Amino acid sequence: MADTQTSDAFVEFERVQKSYDGENLVVKDLNLIMPKGEFLTMLGPSGSGKTTCLMMLAGFETATHGDIRLDGVSINNIPPHKRGIGMVFQNYALFPHMTVAENLSFPLEVRKLGKAERETKVKRALDMVQMGAFGGRRPAQLSGGQQQRIALARALVFEAELVLMDEPLGALDKQLREHMQFEIKRIADDLGITVVYVTHDQTEALTMSDRVAVFDDGRIQQLAPPDKLYEEPENSFVAQFIGENNTLEGVVKEIKGDTALVRLDDGELIDCKPVNVSEPGERTRVSIRPERVEYNKDRLREGVHTLKAEVLEFIYMGDIFRTRLRVAGNEDFIIKTRNAPDQDRLQPGTQIEIGWLPEDCRALDA
Amino acid sequence: MSDQTTSGPVLAADGTPLKRSLSRALRRQKMRALLLIAPLLLFVLITFIAPIADMLFRSVENQIVQETLPKTVEALADWDPNSGQAPDEPVFAALAADLKIAVQEKTHTRLGSRLNYELTGASSLFRKSGRAVNRMDLETDAPFKEKFADIDKNWVEPDIWRTIQTYSPRYTSGYFLNAIDMQKGPDGAEARPENQQIYIMLFKRTLFMSLVITGSCILLGYPVAWILANLPMRTANLLMILVLLPFWTSLLVRTSAWKVMLQQQGVINDVLVWLGLVADDARLVMINNQFGTIVAMTHILLPFMILPMYSVMQTIPPSYLRAAKSLGATNWTAFWRVYFPQSVPGIGAGSILVFILSIGYYITPEIVGGTTGTFISNRIAYHISSSLNWGLGAALGAILLAVVLLLYYAYDKIVGIDNVKLGG
Repeated sequence: MADTQTSDAFVEFERVQKSYDGENLVVKDLNLIMPKGEFLTMLGPSGSGKTTCLMMLAGFETATHGDIRLDGVSINNIPPHKRGIGMVFQNYALFPHMTVAENLSFPLEVRKLGKAERETKVKRALDMVQMGAFGGRRPAQLSGGQQQRIALARALVFEAELVLMDEPLGALDKQLREHMQFEIKRIADDLGITVVYVTHDQTEALTMSDRVAVFDDGRIQQLAPPDKLYEEPENSFVAQFIGENNTLEGVVKEIKGDTALVRLDDGELIDCKPVNVSEPGERTRVSIRPERVEYNKDRLREGVHTLKAEVLEFIYMGDIFRTRLRVAGNEDFIIKTRNAPDQDRLQPGTQIEIGWLPEDCRALDA
Repeated sequence: MSDQTTSGPVLAADGTPLKRSLSRALRRQKMRALLLIAPLLLFVLITFIAPIADMLFRSVENQIVQETLPKTVEALADWDPNSGQAPDEPVFAALAADLKIAVQEKTHTRLGSRLNYELTGASSLFRKSGRAVNRMDLETDAPFKEKFADIDKNWVEPDIWRTIQTYSPRYTSGYFLNAIDMQKGPDGAEARPENQQIYIMLFKRTLFMSLVITGSCILLGYPVAWILANLPMRTANLLMILVLLPFWTSLLVRTSAWKVMLQQQGVINDVLVWLGLVADDARLVMINNQFGTIVAMTHILLPFMILPMYSVMQTIPPSYLRAAKSLGATNWTAFWRVYFPQSVPGIGAGSILVFILSIGYYITPEIVGGTTGTFISNRIAYHISSSLNWGLGAALGAILLAVVLLLYYAYDKIVGIDNVKLGG
């Protein structure tokens, strides 16, 4: 976890727990420190506690135990409307009986701003999301993407320093979603706001965030920048959850410095990087990313262990080839190769030998 | 594709114009749809539309005078009602001839009752005269004016003649004038004497009390609907049964229960006396007045307010309130500025239902209304079943219908009827 000093912590969860029924903990011992200006994504399957965390931060749920601090001040007992946190809801929650401009003006009105000031701010916010011409429309007259922009503008118009987003792009189609990802990121960077973003879409998390907190079972499984998360998952869950992943099971035979020798269940030996295994004899799950697997012998390093594999399926995906193999009894072993002119198109039934760099192959918890 | 390049109508595959074959295909569907609703349509026409049309027609229909006294009406046409004197002999001769036939056909008493609505005493006048005329000989007994004067002095007064002349046309506005506390005088419509005015006051009272009942239903129903809409589905359904429970009990039973509760020796008064809040000789009068009617009707009509409100509130996502609060609104502002405006269609639908139901309510005001809590509908019922003045009853009903339609129209203009949602 990042060793951020408490002094520049902007959002802070300390030993936070949450239970709805008094029997099960939805959030178990959450500790999180966010500096100002960070774009942090809470990523996880549904029921992992990420939305609950967001709601506790927004003030709609109270923490059963622990402390949530905003800019050094504990906000446990501050009602939502006094927290000054902007929020974008899953279904936008634009007020249908108000026009776009009235929606944006609402947070300014309840803050008792003057009319002229309200109009300036509303106009600036609308221009920021390129919706300047739509002030007089009703939300129902806008497309999903436009509503999304308005919801964003509304959360930003009162100049909140912290903005929470609860799966804001979930209702959009793929193309629009990708476009909005960049847009939100750009606006957040321009304004220098701190963003806590909740999603279950890992692509979204990887492309937008400064750091990603992967949630499962009420805990943060790993908190890291996207590249570290993808390339250096700290446990099996993260390896499986982020991106595509190949898993082989086995037992640690020996550990030498930063290389571990693992005997797979069918008896073959491979070289790995020990991540959370420490002693020989431990069971482990070995994780290798599909694009780091090499079958061209010329490109493999001398002396590494290789595995026999049989091609089961070849899928042409345009930019890449996706090939399914049977490796050490695992029939869902995927390799990805770039669609380059000299690339082989492996035919089903072909016997090949595969290998990888030991540092790309991570021995994780079983 | 080749059809589109040729000019003229688009043709179907068999060469007939596409429009014609389409309408032929649709005609069968339309016929089938019509056949399916035909039984209900007939039922409604026969049992609902036709009786209402007939009743409305009765509010202007007035053929009895002309049909019973055809010659008299004709002879009376030249008479000046402002002369201050009874008409001359020819009119009396015509009257005698008309009455002779009427007595044989026994229609003179009906005419008497009809004219009695307009001029008290006309009924007995005609009954008395009928017997006398029956003994007259039309050939020999002239002059008739004196004969009639002998039967009853009223015949030589102008009042009865004025009434007969005023009501001789086949159609009359008399019932409607009567229904708004006016009458036909010699110089057209005029206000009735003050001590006979009742209907305007009743209409006003009906409207006022319906408004009060609608208002109290909104006040009592809104929080209930809110709670129902915000509870988990299971609990909400259970509580919904409690809301609907009154529907399973007879209206009469519920109203009578209020009688038990509210009367001076009733449960509430007993409890208040027992608690010492009210002296035994100063028990509250809570029934047979407006208060009793409003309490009982609010209770009876409350479900009609809660149901539409509930179904509208159910469709308002809780995220709106959260959004409002996250934007800095207090609980009250969030409710008032965001939640309430979206629940207005439910209030509108409930209010229309309750108001229109209560404006025509009959049983409850009849039982608990006393004299100060009765509605216009009680008066209509009185005229239909007791005084048998159906024309006046129909006129009152027509005015009530018009008022309801007018209010509905006004509501549409102000709030917009498409703003009313019964659900979904």
